[in-house]
Amino acid sequence: MNKKYNRPESLRDSDTHYCPGCGHGIIHHLVARAVDELKIRQKVIGVAPVGCAVVAYDYWNFDVCEASHGRALAVATGIKRCRPKNIVFTYQGDGDLASIGAAETLHAANRGENVTCIFINNACYGMTGGQMAPTTIIGQKTATTPSGRNPFAGDGWPLKLSEILSTLKGVCFAVRTSVSNPRQVHQAYDYIKKAFCSQIDKKGFSLVEVLSPCPTIWQKTPVEAMQWIETEMIKEFPLGVIKE
Amino acid sequence: MSGNEAMGLGAFTAGCRFYAGYPITPQNELTAYMASCMRLPGRTFVQAESELAAINMVFGASAAGFRTMTSSSSPGISLKQEGISYLAGAQLPAVIINVSRGGPGLGNIASSQSDYFQSTRGGGHGDYFTPVLSPWSVEEAFNLAILAFDVADFYRTPVLVLADAIIGQMMEPINLNRKPLIRNRKPKRWSLTGAKNRPPNIVKSFFLQEGLLEEHNLLLEKKWQKIKLREQRSSIYGKKKVDCLIVAYGSQARIARQAVDVLSCQGIKAGLFRPITLWPYPDKALKKAASLARKIVVVEQSLGQMDEDVRLALPNKEINFLGKTGGGIPSSLEIVKFVKKLTKN
Repeated sequence: MNKKYNRPESLRDSDTHYCPGCGHGIIHHLVARAVDELKIRQKVIGVAPVGCAVVAYDYWNFDVCEASHGRALAVATGIKRCRPKNIVFTYQGDGDLASIGAAETLHAANRGENVTCIFINNACYGMTGGQMAPTTIIGQKTATTPSGRNPFAGDGWPLKLSEILSTLKGVCFAVRTSVSNPRQVHQAYDYIKKAFCSQIDKKGFSLVEVLSPCPTIWQKTPVEAMQWIETEMIKEFPLGVIKE
Repeated sequence: MSGNEAMGLGAFTAGCRFYAGYPITPQNELTAYMASCMRLPGRTFVQAESELAAINMVFGASAAGFRTMTSSSSPGISLKQEGISYLAGAQLPAVIINVSRGGPGLGNIASSQSDYFQSTRGGGHGDYFTPVLSPWSVEEAFNLAILAFDVADFYRTPVLVLADAIIGQMMEPINLNRKPLIRNRKPKRWSLTGAKNRPPNIVKSFFLQEGLLEEHNLLLEKKWQKIKLREQRSSIYGKKKVDCLIVAYGSQARIARQAVDVLSCQGIKAGLFRPITLWPYPDKALKKAASLARKIVVVEQSLGQMDEDVRLALPNKEINFLGKTGGGIPSSLEIVKFVKKLTKN
């Protein structure tokens, strides 16, 4: 009998430290599977973020570099400019990418750096205990917005970085997807693969934003967390291709 | 050429393949020089969006196994400190050039030597040091830029080249006929090239599990000990047995050298001890030189930073300090007056 569905070679056979119901486990797998299917495991270099996925390099089976908080796209620029034939991607949370790393993200995209950015949006800072992030939605209670995010009290509005980046000429592909149900998981996989392909085809900067559940911080069960993405997050962060 | 351009030429000659920089006075000539010589096949120039972005691009380029450099001046070097700490922790070679100016804060754009502490005490967070090379001439700036890449690769460490605004801006002829020695071009097996026919490499400075960071830092400490043993560099000008030994570096050493000459004409035996590596501080050579001196005078363009290292090296000697801050520069006449007053007794 032929084995039809294996653990991807690019995913190590190890237990992860992620919470039950966390999106990282799913998305790490999707990235690994895409790398395998495109046969780029020996060419790919990942850049890990600061956040829950700081140890992503312990779960993937290819070359990975760390980056200080927010700077993954600057690190990726350095790697890709020196090794243009390698496939370079970053894997960043919403705080990493859109808060402390906003300048690096904007400018890497604006320069049209031929790298792929996997943007994990869980509407909070998970690792540090659930503080407000740029993508926290209005009214959402977090450790630093205990009465709910209030733009009229100086908290600002949810930042739609994918839409902002899509206005830049250097960006060739930007999409927002999620892993909140099996159909979405498949679609997310297709988009991640498409983003890597656009890098292989040297088209410019590619971005895949993935709405990801964070049951622990959202104080929901894993199923409730998935549902919250579909009922609440999507209202603020609509899914679909933003630029191609 | 100017000191700035000479350091650029040195980097290019040493095989620097990736440069990221940001405009800041007084090193803009260096960035411009790199922009003109690095936009060639196989070499990359990036004007980064900030000094912060530049040091992180250097982190990536170094992780990818390439000789890489960034440059800035004092406030921009402050911005790079996180990145330099990461480079040290991840054991990534890189060259960082600081053409120092007056501080703290926005300060001014005049020459200053007030980044000595920042350069020699780690600078960023954590238990680490970076070798620091300090030139006093345009030609030495060229040579030390090349040496910096060698030291960086050999020990897998970021290396700082600390020039001041005067060295960066001054123009002198340099002799390019001597072929510079470029060592340490071994393949970097730890670098990120794509996991082809080998297990994956990970570049990181993060060691979360109990005991791992301590183990890692002790490994780094062994490296600092090796560097301290092997890489101290200094030079002496003037007589060996002196009434007064002046200790100065960078552009201030050029001024002190003139003071030594003037003092000799006036019958006072003076000498100049010039550290070339500020870290590791050449205390062995300093102790030797100081043993033949009656008085010690430290002259700096600061409120007294290298002064502390001299006191540490010479605990039994009386150390006299002459300095100016905020862009002020002790002149050779002021040094002569100071020494004469001191040696009158």
